[in-house]
Amino acid sequence: MLDLKGYGPTILKGSLVTIEVAILSLLLALLLGLLGATAKLSRNPISKAVGTAYTTVIRGVPDLVLMLLIFYGGQIMMNSLSDWLYDQFEIDTYININAFVAGVLTIGFIFGAYMSETFRGAFLAVERGQVEAGLAYGMNRWQIFKRIMFPQMMRHALPGLGNNWLVMLKTTALVSVIGMEDMVRAAHQASAALQAPFMFFIPVLLIFLALTSISEFFFKKLETHYHVDSRRASQ
Amino acid sequence: MIETLTTWLNQNKIFNVGTLEYYGDGLTVTVQLVFLSLLIGLVIAIPLGILRTSKNPWINKPIWLYTYIFRGTPLLIQLYLIYYGLPALPGVKDSFIWPLLANAFYPALLAFILNTAAYTTEIIRGAIQQTPQGEIEAAKAYGMSWWLSMRRIILPNAFRRALPAYSNEVIFMLHASAIASVVTIIDLTGAARYIYSKYYAPFEAFTFVAMIYLCLTFTIIYIFKRLEHKLMAHLRPVGS
Repeated sequence: MLDLKGYGPTILKGSLVTIEVAILSLLLALLLGLLGATAKLSRNPISKAVGTAYTTVIRGVPDLVLMLLIFYGGQIMMNSLSDWLYDQFEIDTYININAFVAGVLTIGFIFGAYMSETFRGAFLAVERGQVEAGLAYGMNRWQIFKRIMFPQMMRHALPGLGNNWLVMLKTTALVSVIGMEDMVRAAHQASAALQAPFMFFIPVLLIFLALTSISEFFFKKLETHYHVDSRRASQ
Repeated sequence: MIETLTTWLNQNKIFNVGTLEYYGDGLTVTVQLVFLSLLIGLVIAIPLGILRTSKNPWINKPIWLYTYIFRGTPLLIQLYLIYYGLPALPGVKDSFIWPLLANAFYPALLAFILNTAAYTTEIIRGAIQQTPQGEIEAAKAYGMSWWLSMRRIILPNAFRRALPAYSNEVIFMLHASAIASVVTIIDLTGAARYIYSKYYAPFEAFTFVAMIYLCLTFTIIYIFKRLEHKLMAHLRPVGS
């Protein structure tokens, strides 16, 4: 039954690609989110403006449009870069933007903006007195971030992170549009070849449903573990 | 003014009158798709959201399953299932909906309606469940029936509470509508993809369309801010 007329293994392999893209994009998004939140909260007007522009513009444009822009635009940019390298230094290279890299970069870049907002809110939720206490202990800024801000901030950020992850997981389906061999593309090709849309799209639908359900369960566990409203629960 | 604009446009290789018209048509399709799906989705979601708060599992579980599936899977797969799947169902080819399916607009609209209705149902359910117990008790003390208290007390306040989440859903829908371009619809993104392939100019084609989307997003945010300001007037401190 799982064979799906020979296409089963291809779709399963594609589902691994989906998971890979999602996890790599998540790492990039978390990194960009921390940077973006720090930039938005900084007192330096330039980094504040850059952070605000990043989160506003990215969250105002559809993911698909950004993905097409980075995928097709990035290729042209790389082409002119290699032309320039050849003209200037006679270095003969060709850099190919493959769909996997473009997909991970774009999704990570987009969700970095959403993560920035989540982290910003979470940083603001940590009481100011906590930082002052750290300063009073003579900690430097990095120690305050590592020992005080980050652990407390993560508890507030957790629900938002879980939400962003779920949206991101579903967004990975779009990488099939720019030609990546994920499970959506595999199903699309199989259903076109055999004229059997239900046979291939329903399993993919169920795999996505399983992935989101598992993630939701996992994040619920994490949230109870880290107890955002520990005080409310003990009252 | 218009003349100088036309001469400028005629000199421009990519953004000439023809391509701008193309983008204009794409804008119309995007606005139609988003507006219709939100409107019909909302009409479906209000009763579903109310029924979803029912204590009877035979009523609330099927609605839960519907929202669970549509919120837990990518819109692209839902669109593929409807776009490729509906024509493959037995009997559809002989029925009255077949001519509608020939145009990709209607399958896409159906997918968008089902998707937004699922999200909106949960938004409305959440807002209804947050109704303060005192308001419901007050309505009961006045001898209001279930329907009367729903209409006069619970729903009006629930709509107010739902507004911020719903404005997010509207923006989400605008952005999600770009997916329609995948099934041959020439919406804004579809127009940009066409212009890209015609002139091989990805930066111009996609940056321009990104700016249009940005303007649309800001317009939606502005409208909802005004609406919230108006509907929450009774909660604002005096004098502000």
